[in-house]
Amino acid sequence: MKHIVKILSLLVAISAFWIGLLQATIIPRSHTWLLPIYFVVSFGCYGLLMVGVGLMQFPTCPQEAVLLQKDITEAKEFFKHKGVDVGSD
Amino acid sequence: MADEKENIGDKKYKYSIIIPTYNERLNIAIIVYLIFKHLRDVDFEIIVVDDGSPDGTQDIVKQLQQLYGEDRILLRARAKKLGLGTAYIHGLKYATGDFVVIMDADLSHHPKYLPSFIKKQLETDASIVTGTRYVKDGGVHGWNLMRKLTSRGANVLAQTLLWPGVSDLTGSFRLYKKLVLEDVISSCVSKGYVFQMEMIVRASRKGYQIEEVPITFVDRVFGTSKLGGSEIVEYLKGLVYLLLTT
Repeated sequence: MKHIVKILSLLVAISAFWIGLLQATIIPRSHTWLLPIYFVVSFGCYGLLMVGVGLMQFPTCPQEAVLLQKDITEAKEFFKHKGVDVGSD
Repeated sequence: MADEKENIGDKKYKYSIIIPTYNERLNIAIIVYLIFKHLRDVDFEIIVVDDGSPDGTQDIVKQLQQLYGEDRILLRARAKKLGLGTAYIHGLKYATGDFVVIMDADLSHHPKYLPSFIKKQLETDASIVTGTRYVKDGGVHGWNLMRKLTSRGANVLAQTLLWPGVSDLTGSFRLYKKLVLEDVISSCVSKGYVFQMEMIVRASRKGYQIEEVPITFVDRVFGTSKLGGSEIVEYLKGLVYLLLTT
């Protein structure tokens, strides 16, 4: 099935659960009405947390730039010997 | 070490490496040198799809053909800049390998990772092996904080909306089984990096097995942020499109 259908089904299921909670009054009505807001806010916070954590842990590789320069020099030398004119950047 | 060479030198399979180019006169030569250096015992061909570069890229490629052989380096040029997706389709027409590798010509994708792509595919029989920059052994160099933030934000958003099953959606350093690439590319319509996202998401939806290998990415444009407002809007539009149609 299409992905959007999966997501909508999930939302429908959550909504049904919420409506069920409203009718069953296991939790006081006043709290139940606020649940969607809590859910959305938590969801947003989780997203921001994921962005922040990912940003802090963002993998970097400064040594790769150095290695690349070495490779470029090596390649240029090779082509000079073979008479291929690569010119300069 | 001898073991590794035996594994990679699997002469049973041939690999076609498609490299779209536009004004990559120097870089294409370096890439070709590095590919030959790192794939010594592998049966492969390089297909250069040049979009009528005015800087003499095609002349360099012809010289490389003299050096390495016209059976190893194929020049399949086009008249003008026609876009990445169609460049792959064009190159695919001439590919005679069992597998197709796509990579960028600007040295942000380093050929030294090609053996790890091949190895991963042989180990897992995956339909697609995609390079990911966002894992521990991978990485990016040349991005400032703003760029990293945008990248991370975009990634979290895409993961939340699309559940793609891969960590790096916009990466374009990938190995495909040839038949899989042909199948997936025929159903993709986007342009630019949304195209790369669409490829991997459609492949995921079709149930193809996708594996990842860490790669490092050295951005050629140091420090500057290449992402403007319009790119962000394009990205968001692409996300919604993929959300609704895949």
